Amino acid sequence: MTALNEELKRKIIDVLNLEDITPTDIKDDEALFDEGLGLDSIDALELIVLMDKDYGIKLTDPKLGKSIFQSIETMVAYISENRTK
Amino acid sequence: MTTQGVWRPDFFSEAREIDQAITTADQPSYKGLASPAAIRRMSRGMKMGMYAAQQALGETAVTVPDAIITGTGLGCSEDSDKFLRSMWENDEQFLTPTSFIQSTHNTVAAQIALQLSCKGYNVTHVNGASSFESALLDTLLLLTSGEHKNVLLGGIDEIAEQTYAFLQAAGYIKASGLRETVKNSLSPGVNYAEGAQFFSMGVDQTETSYGEVVDVALQNELDIPEAGSFLQDFLTTNDIQPTAIDAVILGYNGDENDDLFYNALQQELPLTTPLYYKHLSGQFDSCSAFGLAAAAFILKYQTIPPVLYWNEKNPAKTTWKNILIYNHYRGKDHTLVLVRTC
Repeated sequence: MTALNEELKRKIIDVLNLEDITPTDIKDDEALFDEGLGLDSIDALELIVLMDKDYGIKLTDPKLGKSIFQSIETMVAYISENRTK
Repeated sequence: MTTQGVWRPDFFSEAREIDQAITTADQPSYKGLASPAAIRRMSRGMKMGMYAAQQALGETAVTVPDAIITGTGLGCSEDSDKFLRSMWENDEQFLTPTSFIQSTHNTVAAQIALQLSCKGYNVTHVNGASSFESALLDTLLLLTSGEHKNVLLGGIDEIAEQTYAFLQAAGYIKASGLRETVKNSLSPGVNYAEGAQFFSMGVDQTETSYGEVVDVALQNELDIPEAGSFLQDFLTTNDIQPTAIDAVILGYNGDENDDLFYNALQQELPLTTPLYYKHLSGQFDSCSAFGLAAAAFILKYQTIPPVLYWNEKNPAKTTWKNILIYNHYRGKDHTLVLVRTC
């Protein structure tokens, strides 16, 4: 697990108040929404704010969200390429 | 009904007296209360409220009430705290939706309605220390209008760190580190807490009925000498003599200025057994709902838990028919509630 993977998992657990879940419980390639971690549309809004606040990434195209928020792996890849802080 | 489990017969014998400035309510297990995704977003107030509502409805076997009415002084202040803190710390940027959505005062009543698919009358009263009694008055009016058969009535307030810190800085809450109870209080301010109480109110008496709420009166502000006339007017309106009141549940909270009102009212009812409850519930805007819960307990079980006696037990009294509840806070929001056996 890379440092960014670990950091992102911790932030997601904290922001979404995922009770009884630790970073090691979230697999890097596990789906974040639906049958995976079970996140929903309100969580997606929280993740958009998290990306902006912590990594300086503004997501303006809603179509991109589906692929970016697919898993920790996809989020980390997008953050690594586009972060401004 | 309360998250503290007040309807359990052994509740009062297990109750602990509050002796610190801020006390959080004991939390039951919330598994099964709602979907895990919904529960993880809820503040304590929401969870306590929904849990207490579920218990109240479960006991009366009402699946969906005709109306939901709640009273709260500060509403979902935990989420309000979070939202305002986020605005402050992030220069009004990066505002997240969850705490904003859940920061309103009517969040609990709305969440219960969503959970039950209850599309009926849904109102939350916010009026300081008389928020719960305002909701109770609304309930009585709704039921006596004949349009509704049953109402889910509740009072909810939760601790929010920053809000309570402000109240403490203003001297409303005792200083941290003090170990004072209602009776041995020496310093100004009171011991604060939080809680949720829900009642299933109906027009018809059923096997699960605890008692009848006869009337409620509210008065915004009074001076201590006026407490007596407030009581007399209420008793006259309800055509009941002071000697017919078996017990009076007083909101003694350990603040000398507040407690003078309760002393004054007690003097008007020399033959009535005085009781108190804020040493168990703590002070919060809707805590008088706990007083009503205590009254309901007494009416149902026809016994007064020893922990509720303000002074020496009256050994001659064995039946409890009419109970009066008097509450106010800081000389404002005075309320009288009369309940009796049914």
